Amino acid sequence: MFDNLSLLGLVPMLNLQLLLDGLLIGSVFALAAYGLALVWGVMNIKNLAQGDFVIMGGYITFTLSQPPINLHPILSIPIIFVLMFVFGWGLYHTIIKRVIERDLFTSLLATFGLAIVIQQLINLAYGPDVQTADAGMEIREFFGGEITIADTKLVSFLLALVVGLLITFFMKKSRMGRAIRATSQDARAARIMGVDTDRVYAFTFSLNAAICGVAGVLISIIWVIQPFFGITHSIRSFVIVTSAGFGNLIGVILSALGLGAVEQFSGFVFGAEFQQATVVGLLVGVLIIRQIMQSRQRQVVQ
Amino acid sequence: MNLQFKKIIFYAAILLAGIFAPIVFPAYTFQLAVLWMMILFALTWDILGGQMGYNSLGNILFFGAGMYICTVVQIGMYYDVAEYTAHFGAVKIDFTPYQYFTGISAGLVIAAFACAIIAVIFGWIVFGLRGPYFAIGTLGVAIAAGELVGAWDYVGGGGGISLPNYPGGPGDREMFFYMLCFISAVCTFIFLKWLYSTRFQLALNAIRDDEEKAEAMGIHTNRYKTIAWSFAAFFLGISGGIFGNMTGFIEPLEVAFPTVTFGIFMVLMVLLGGKGTLWGPVIGAIIFHVIKEITWTYLLGWQWVALGALIIINVVYFQQGIMGWAQEKWPEFFGITVDEAITSAEENSPAEKEASL
Repeated sequence: MFDNLSLLGLVPMLNLQLLLDGLLIGSVFALAAYGLALVWGVMNIKNLAQGDFVIMGGYITFTLSQPPINLHPILSIPIIFVLMFVFGWGLYHTIIKRVIERDLFTSLLATFGLAIVIQQLINLAYGPDVQTADAGMEIREFFGGEITIADTKLVSFLLALVVGLLITFFMKKSRMGRAIRATSQDARAARIMGVDTDRVYAFTFSLNAAICGVAGVLISIIWVIQPFFGITHSIRSFVIVTSAGFGNLIGVILSALGLGAVEQFSGFVFGAEFQQATVVGLLVGVLIIRQIMQSRQRQVVQ
Repeated sequence: MNLQFKKIIFYAAILLAGIFAPIVFPAYTFQLAVLWMMILFALTWDILGGQMGYNSLGNILFFGAGMYICTVVQIGMYYDVAEYTAHFGAVKIDFTPYQYFTGISAGLVIAAFACAIIAVIFGWIVFGLRGPYFAIGTLGVAIAAGELVGAWDYVGGGGGISLPNYPGGPGDREMFFYMLCFISAVCTFIFLKWLYSTRFQLALNAIRDDEEKAEAMGIHTNRYKTIAWSFAAFFLGISGGIFGNMTGFIEPLEVAFPTVTFGIFMVLMVLLGGKGTLWGPVIGAIIFHVIKEITWTYLLGWQWVALGALIIINVVYFQQGIMGWAQEKWPEFFGITVDEAITSAEENSPAEKEASL
C-alpha cells in the first residue's frame, strides 16, 4: 500500500492518468445519480434498484451486440432508451404507484425487493460471469505512452454529456419538463393548476429508468457488467445525491466526477478488491459529515 | 378456566414443543435451530424497526461481530489466533471438552457485551440520521464491516476460520446447539416481554410517533435510542456466536455479514408478522422460515426471485402484517376497545374512529 503511494509521488504522470480515468468514468456515474436525484426530488422515492436498472441496460446492450443481431453498442442507445422507458412505465403502474404515498421506508424496501428480483433474473439468464460489450475502438497514447486514454472512454464521456444536456434542455423547455419541476416544488399546487401528477410521476420514473439504461450502455462499453454489481452502482448514486443534494445538477456532476476520481485513486493505492469498500466507506463518511453539519442546528436533549 | 391459567398452559405448551421437537423430528434439528435463531433476529429487529420506528438495514453487523468476537475469544484463550488462522483450517487442533466449553461460554458472554458496546459507538455515528438516511447508513456500515473483516488477516481474512471441533458425538453436537438457540430465543422473548411492559417501551413508541415532541417532553431520545440498539446488539451478538459454532466455519461475506440474506430476512419477517407487536415477529419468523425452506427445496434456482417478489408483495400490499391484520379484524381480542364517550360525542361529525386502549 505504501509502495503504491510512493509510486504516485515518483511518477506524477500516473496521477494525471488516474485523475483522467476517474473523471471519464465519473461522467457516467453522474447520469445514474441524476436519475436518482430526479425520482427522489420529484416523487420522494428512494430507488435502491437504480444500479440494477444500469446493469439491466448493460445486459440488453450485451445481448444486442452478440450474434445474431451484432448491433454496435453505441447504436443501441436509442433502443435501450425506449426499452427501459417502457420497462419503467410498467414498473410504475404495477409497484411504484402504490408506494408513493406511503412512508419513506416502504419505497426503500419495495425497490430493494425489486433489485433482488432483477439481479437474480439476470443471473439466471446470463450466469454470474463478468461481461463486456466490445465497441471495437482503439487506445490513444499521449506523452510518449505515459498517458493512455481509451477511445471508448472519451466517446462515452461525450455521449454522457450529450444525454445530460438533452435532459437539461428537456426539463427547462418542454411542457412535461415544466410539469415535472412544478410537481417537485409542490405536488398539491401543481394538481390544482391542472397538472396530471400521476402522469408526471409515471413519466419521471420511466425517464429515470431510461437514463439508467443509457448509463448501463456506457458502463458495458468502458467497464464490465455483472449481475451483482448493481448494488454498488446504487450506493454510488446515493453517495453522489446525498452529498450534492437534489435539484442541484452542477453539484451532482461535480460530486460524480469527484467520486470517480477518488475510486480510481483508492483502487490504485489499496488494490482493486477494495473498490466496493471505498464506495461504502465514502457513503458512511458523507452521512457522518452531513450529521455533523446538521447537529449545529439541531437541539437535542443530551 | 380463567385467562391467566390459559396463558400459562399456552406458554408451557410452546416450551415443551420447543424441547421435544428435535427429539420427535431428529432429521430437522438444524432447521429447527435456525428457526429459533430467526425468531431471535425478528424480535431484536423489531425493538428498533417496530417499536422505535428506526428501520435499520444493518443489524446484521452485530451478528457478524458477535460471531468473530466469540470465535477469537474461544481460540485465543488456549491458542495463538494468528497462528491458528494462518493454517486456514488445514490443521484442526482438538480442544479438550473443558477447553471447549469454557471457551464457548466465555466467548458468548464477551461477544454479547462487546456487541452492546459496539452498538453504543455506532449509535453515536448513525442516530443523527433519520428515516431513509438511517436505513442506508446502517446498510453501508454493515457492508463496510464485512469488507474490512475480509481484509484483516489476523482473523483469517476472506478465507475465513474453521471453528474448533465439538468434543462429543454428532447427535450430541446438534442437540447442544439446538438447545443454545432455543434458550437464547426464549430468553430474548422473555426479556422483551418484560421490557415492553415498562416505561421504556412508552419512550420508544414516543420516539416513533414524533421524535421532536418526545424530546420536548423531556425524553432523552439519544440515550433511549442507543440503549435500545445495544439491547438488540446484545442478543444478536450471542446468536452470532452460536451460529458460528453451529456451522463450524465462518467467513466474512456469506456467513458473518450476510447483508442480503439474514440482514433482509429479519426485516421481512417482522413486516410479515406485523411490526410493533411482541408476537408479530415470532409468527412472521415461523411463516417465513417455512416458506423459505419450501421455496429453497422446490424452486431451486428461482428461490431468490421468489424472495424478492415476496418482499415486494409484502411491502406493497400487506404492510400491516399478520398481527396488524388480526388486530383490525378482532380488536376485542387484543384489548382494543372503542371508547363510547368519544365516539358518541363525535357521532355527528365525520371524524375518524378513535380507538383507545
